Amino acid sequence: MTRVDVGHEIPAREFRITRETLVRYAGASGDFNVIHWNQRIAHEVGLPDVIAHGMLTMGMAIQVVTDWCEDPSALVDYGCRFTRPVVVPDDGVGATLHVSGTVTAVEDSIATVSLKAMCADVSVLGKAIARVRVG
Amino acid sequence: MALNPDFVGRSYPPGAPYLVGREKIWEFSQALGVTDPASLDVDAAQSRGYSDVVAPPTFAVRLVMAAAESVALDPDLGLDYSRVVHGDQRFEYTRPIVAGDELLSHVTIDRIRSVAGNDMITTRTDISTTDGEHVVTSYTVLVARGTDSEAA
Repeated sequence: MTRVDVGHEIPAREFRITRETLVRYAGASGDFNVIHWNQRIAHEVGLPDVIAHGMLTMGMAIQVVTDWCEDPSALVDYGCRFTRPVVVPDDGVGATLHVSGTVTAVEDSIATVSLKAMCADVSVLGKAIARVRVG
Repeated sequence: MALNPDFVGRSYPPGAPYLVGREKIWEFSQALGVTDPASLDVDAAQSRGYSDVVAPPTFAVRLVMAAAESVALDPDLGLDYSRVVHGDQRFEYTRPIVAGDELLSHVTIDRIRSVAGNDMITTRTDISTTDGEHVVTSYTVLVARGTDSEAA
């Protein structure tokens, strides 16, 4: 990778999340919590509708970083808070997750990328930060 | 009910090794919309120096959540699992997981605290190969919503 400067915006990406996405992720991850696929129970526990797995959102968001650095071994660490749920209605459209990232520090050949994950103009991940080896 | 603070530092045995399957990485990658050929195609992964397909960075959650759950469900801990949500998650990587890895998860309770009426427990999961090579460490915060206000 060429020189990376603080303030650099890495390429953003959009992800569609439908009920099918949630079913696929449940099977792939082994997380079968009913609030991620059963509307009746989601309502019973006070949610507006079925919500996406936080780890699904986290796993999608990091791809802007891994796609940008093109090296799976470059990732040093990655963390986030699950601040707001991604509500996934059964309306044939689902939810759209927009992920963008900005380089906020570069030190000792490690770039810190601050990620923004937005769904319907609401931030759904807090303190989503990844550090990657560059150069 | 407040959590039992004596649990900080407690470790749990790793259980049987988890064998990372090529198809499982493929399924996980498909579910996340991963486009990196290193996760989808063996030849692409090997041409980049990996022994097999590379798991996406959050793949370790399969092992982490199973481990965290076994801790959370320990009746002596006093966690009301029906109120538990995943509050925050962090991974520290030594290297990516690749298909064929046989992994063990060593779980430790790292921290127990109460914030704004919510019980919070941090579990640390050290994931290494059966040969003892460290792969990734995970910190998982589980939050039991609104339990502290019920404490006597």
